[in-house]
Amino acid sequence: MAKNDSIMKKPRDTRGSLRRLAVTLKPFRLWLASVVALCLVANVLSLLGPTLAGSAINEAAAGKGKVNFDRVTTFALRMLACYVASSVMTIAINLIMVHISKRFAGILREQVFAKLMRLPVGYFDRHQAGDIISRVSYDIDVISTCMASDITSILTSVVTVVGSLVMMIVISPALALMTLVTIPLAVSYTTWMRKKTQPRYSKRSKSYGVMNGFVEEMLSGQKTILAYAYEGNVEEKFEGINENAAEAYYDAEYYGCAIGPTVGSINNVGLCLIAVFGSLMYMAGRITLGQISSFVLYSRKFSGPINEIANIINELYSALAAAERVFNLLDEPEELVDREHAQALQNVRGDVSLEHVAFGYTPDQPIIHDLTMRADAGRLVAIVGPTGAGKTTIINLLMRFYDVDAGCVAVDGGDIRDYTRRSLRGAYAMVLQDTWVFRGTIFENIAYGKENATMEEVVAAAKAAHIHPFIMRLPQGYDTVVSEDGGNISKGQKQLLTIARAMLYNARMLILDEATSNVDTSTEREIQRAMRDLMRDKTNFVIAHRLSTIQHADLILVLNQGDVVEQGTHEELMRRKGFYHKLYTAQFE
Amino acid sequence: MRYLGKILKKYRGFIALTMVIKLLGTFLELLLPYVLEHLIDNVAPTGDRAMVLIWGLAMAVLAVLVRTLNVSSNRMSVRTAREAAREMRTELFHVSLNLSGAQMDEFGLPSITSRMTADSYNVQNFIRAAQTMGVRAPIMMIGGIAITLTMDRGLAMILCFMVPIMIVLVILISKRGIPMFDQVQRGMDDMVRIMRENITGIRVVKALSKEDYENRRFTTSSTAFERLDAKASFIMALPGPMVTLFLNAGLTLVVLIGARRVNGGQTEPGVILAFLTYFNMILMGVMAINRIFMMLSKANASAQRIAKVVELQDDLPVLPEAEGAHTDREGFLVFDHVSFSYEAGNTDASVGAHGFAGAAREQCLKNIDFSVKKGGSLGIIGATGSGKTTIVNLLMRFYDPQEGRVFVDGRDVRTYDRDELRRKFGVVFQNDAIFADTITENIAFGRALGEDELRAASADAMALNFIEGYGDGFEHMADIHGANFSGGQKQRLLISRALAGKPEVLILDDASSALDYRTDASLRKAIREHHSEATTIVVAQRISSIMALDAIIVMDEGEMIGYGTHEQLMERCPVYREIYKVQMGEAA
Repeated sequence: MAKNDSIMKKPRDTRGSLRRLAVTLKPFRLWLASVVALCLVANVLSLLGPTLAGSAINEAAAGKGKVNFDRVTTFALRMLACYVASSVMTIAINLIMVHISKRFAGILREQVFAKLMRLPVGYFDRHQAGDIISRVSYDIDVISTCMASDITSILTSVVTVVGSLVMMIVISPALALMTLVTIPLAVSYTTWMRKKTQPRYSKRSKSYGVMNGFVEEMLSGQKTILAYAYEGNVEEKFEGINENAAEAYYDAEYYGCAIGPTVGSINNVGLCLIAVFGSLMYMAGRITLGQISSFVLYSRKFSGPINEIANIINELYSALAAAERVFNLLDEPEELVDREHAQALQNVRGDVSLEHVAFGYTPDQPIIHDLTMRADAGRLVAIVGPTGAGKTTIINLLMRFYDVDAGCVAVDGGDIRDYTRRSLRGAYAMVLQDTWVFRGTIFENIAYGKENATMEEVVAAAKAAHIHPFIMRLPQGYDTVVSEDGGNISKGQKQLLTIARAMLYNARMLILDEATSNVDTSTEREIQRAMRDLMRDKTNFVIAHRLSTIQHADLILVLNQGDVVEQGTHEELMRRKGFYHKLYTAQFE
Repeated sequence: MRYLGKILKKYRGFIALTMVIKLLGTFLELLLPYVLEHLIDNVAPTGDRAMVLIWGLAMAVLAVLVRTLNVSSNRMSVRTAREAAREMRTELFHVSLNLSGAQMDEFGLPSITSRMTADSYNVQNFIRAAQTMGVRAPIMMIGGIAITLTMDRGLAMILCFMVPIMIVLVILISKRGIPMFDQVQRGMDDMVRIMRENITGIRVVKALSKEDYENRRFTTSSTAFERLDAKASFIMALPGPMVTLFLNAGLTLVVLIGARRVNGGQTEPGVILAFLTYFNMILMGVMAINRIFMMLSKANASAQRIAKVVELQDDLPVLPEAEGAHTDREGFLVFDHVSFSYEAGNTDASVGAHGFAGAAREQCLKNIDFSVKKGGSLGIIGATGSGKTTIVNLLMRFYDPQEGRVFVDGRDVRTYDRDELRRKFGVVFQNDAIFADTITENIAFGRALGEDELRAASADAMALNFIEGYGDGFEHMADIHGANFSGGQKQRLLISRALAGKPEVLILDDASSALDYRTDASLRKAIREHHSEATTIVVAQRISSIMALDAIIVMDEGEMIGYGTHEQLMERCPVYREIYKVQMGEAA
């Protein structure tokens, strides 16, 4: 859908985008200049072809037995030379333009990606992955395709149109006047038709988008649909959507497929005007047969690009709109740079405190109102509460994925905003609920946090996370390639991999956000033993649904709707018979 | 080609008519330069102005006629393409929607979806173009050559010699280029995958300060893609200038030899001029043939992919009641010594997380044997991949077991009409689907349920509160995949859906994992109180979700390692005891 919408949008700041495109293209200016030069020469040469052919035919027109072969041959050879040179140049132009446009796309892609790496985490919470990806894949592709083909098309068209016109006027101004009748006719016809077809084509794209979305959604829920014997309804709905798509297709093509033949017919009528008037002029002795021949060739050349230009302009607009979207992304505010005198957080003890912290993802929706807590080095702090209570938000603040609105988060007594982000984040290891693996070997996935990790270290971490035996059962062991969407590894196993990753990373502070939610109970028990080793002497933050897992925490924070409603040890909280007590006993009901 | 033929068979009369009209139009179009040549060579020298005008008029009429014929045949071909594609999609969707679990596993969701969309568009475009361009291009080419042959055999020989060489050349280049586009696509997929990984894992990347590393990783992939893309684009840009060069060289030959023949009195100068025009026509014909060739290879591959799905046999046929197995065992739901494995061919990674079973594939069931009496309840607990979901899959006949039989209400499940069987169930699957529709429709799901029933069901599922929190209540729209609901809200809607039909059998497969303990407890209470007549199966990781049920099965690697009540299992089953201890704390 995003793709189809983007075609229709017109750029808002055409000039700005053009200027920035020009800046990005600056390194290629020599190449571009050579393309322009080559293009001019190649097209002038290919325009000379018909003239030379005309001259040769003129020589031949002397009639039976009177042809001057030397001159015919000379003209013919010149003609051949022009064509050969022009073709070779065209190939060279293609080569250069392919190179420039692809390199340009590469540069843009790398810029966008590097930008993504500098954006705050919040950006990714607010934008859909599909939308961001379509800028890198689809939008940049539109720009590069437009560059590769349209720049040369425009140059070629302009040269051809101007050149042909000049040649036509040179041959016969009177006949050239004839084309001035048919060309405007063809151009206004295509413009008129485009206005008619454009909305129909976007409607078609839209209805295809609707159909694609529906199919994807229904098939991914297929089991449910079958389970409820709902397939009749779904098929009926699809019939309607399919019918719509078919109609939209027909409606658009109905008009679209008339353009080509009509323009062809207008050109043919033009040709017939030229033939008639040419003949009449020939009778009046004002033109030769050879001249008529070349004129016909030029008029064919002339009408082609004229009809193309409107098309190209449309493509240019959509490329500019795409460029604008890419530039908008490049203009997004980045994660704030570290403060000027930011220190690296070194020799971390791990005393963490939050003082009167207030925070909301949007200013009008505060999540945390006034939160104060302490977690001293080596302690285990558990955060519990119903879904949506703000547990994950605290993690976001600790890691400085977001900055607090008021109050302060401190590590070892210093405001975390006075440390460099890199050193602050480096002081934490974390295992999140949403397990994350990337396409790569198991070794790479475990070693991700530690550069130059040795195989021994990785194996030790895997053993500690109780995933080593599983890995050894895989055909390629630690070299087995896993991926986010690959089915060769279950969710639970992915979670173990991320635990192994954290084990290897070995930081002073540890964040476990529902770290064992996807692991089955018997494995969990084993991991917990390993985790206890991992957690020893560290400051630990644990988010858990299963309250049994955090009973021995030094401090339990009970969150509800963004506020800490209770804090204390398990025993204290149970005695209080408050919110925690209710949550805890609910497990056993 | 076979499947393409099958789709088009119905339309063959109409297609033939379309092609005849297109043929006529193309022939007349070919006549135009012929008339032009006649006008300049034969009419003009006579000095007869009236004749010049008459011939000119004839040419104009011809041009208009050509347009009419071309436009109408184009439109006719669009009509056929529309009809054929629509029917093809209807059939494909019907088959896809009714695929058995094993079949769905074999293809995988992304593959089926792309057949419905990209492949069907490829075929449609081909059907549209083949009828017109497929006629026009060869006729332009062959007709052009034929007419030049009648004009001057000697000169035409040059064409006869060159055109086949050009076609072979162009198709050879395309043949080399087409597979490169697959590689380019894969390169693009690779790049997109890295982006997606970074977007979804941005917290990990930032936490570990791996931004530079990720930048390098992306650049490597982007550079590789760039190289491939440039190479493919360059190769595909070659045929144009090469064909032009060839034809222009031929043109030079025509001029040279033509002059000689004019000198010998064998031909007229006008003929050479006409040749120049026909050359252009032939050039376009050759390029169009190349395009058709590319389209055909694409459309044919697509058609084959579609055919593969559409022509599948039903692998879960309904048996007549007499042929079904019988059982004397008591119970509403009976598993009689059932063993099952997903087919060996389906274990590869490509099936992925989209697989039907949702869990690891290599797991199977070994000798599962139990029964649940009407209105009774059964809990299933065990490690991920131990076969819990598979039991549900067999019960609802998404698969058939290799050994043993499954009975519902005393009847072999294979003898039920599939819809009849499934209507007995109200079910929530693991990672179940919410559809982009109103909450009402998501709960009612095509069943004729009144407002009271919807409200009662959502109240039991603890969903009523948040539904009523929306201004438009039950008419609130869900986004695709229910993206506008939290995990807990989704599960509560799904449970409402399962409860709403007052099903004979209620199945909750990991349906409350995102609910906190309190909500989960209230849900269990509501089911106990308001749905006691339903036979219930609860699959869960949490022991608290199942410990109060009539019986519990403990699964481990496809086997039942424990079967009994909570108390019995605490006594007899060490694994169960272990799970209990871990989840409820040492104290419990």
